[in-house]
Amino acid sequence: MAHFDDIELVERLFLKSYPFSRYAPRPDDPASTAVTPLRKPLAECTVAIITTAGLSLPAQPPFDTTNKRGDSSFREFPAAISPQQLEMNHRSWSFDQTGILRDRNLVMPLDRLREMSYRGEIGALAPHHYSFMGSIVGPHKLMRESAPEVARRLAADGVDVALLTPV
Amino acid sequence: MCNQSVGLIQRAIEYAGVTTVSISLLREITEKTQPPRALFVPYPLGHPLGEPDDVALQTRIMRAAFALLPRTDTPILASFTP
Repeated sequence: MAHFDDIELVERLFLKSYPFSRYAPRPDDPASTAVTPLRKPLAECTVAIITTAGLSLPAQPPFDTTNKRGDSSFREFPAAISPQQLEMNHRSWSFDQTGILRDRNLVMPLDRLREMSYRGEIGALAPHHYSFMGSIVGPHKLMRESAPEVARRLAADGVDVALLTPV
Repeated sequence: MCNQSVGLIQRAIEYAGVTTVSISLLREITEKTQPPRALFVPYPLGHPLGEPDDVALQTRIMRAAFALLPRTDTPILASFTP
């Protein structure tokens, strides 16, 4: 189980003092409190995966790990890739990366999703899946630009369900 | 910070009309960001789906997360029992 104590002291102190309440849902902001009910059985749903593991395809530019406020951009992957094709660039070393390097399904479980689709547990894989990097200390650009852009693309692809994985 | 980023991205996706569920590795952060539906898993950072190459465990965690999708009594922060 992950606890604050697992995180390096400097990051722990940072998290303790970080103003999370600034980005908590606000009752007057529908964008932060919206709820979309599931419209059909999971067996008929198109499912996408979004991770903050900092994954990119070899042909894509890697995430910028030097930006102290965090790189709020995203990378888009076609469903047909093998997760093992993905490379990882992440600013945070507060987590153990060896598991993901051994098996990208730990954060981008496209192989699991394919199995579930084959068994009829889900309807289909979405045509595109996404990675952000996380470690975003100043999330304004994420909230105003890149997250809504990914949300718009998912909706345009007819995605019913999104599964999100942190690291 | 990743757990906060996930919560913020999740809320944007839900707002766009897509039903969402996330995995949480740090309960304290997810309680603060309050995404619509989250499944807390008792694994180390970097291991949202449990263990590498453990197909059965990864599948069980995904099924447990997907089981939260029909619920609208949000925000939901459920716990995965291994």
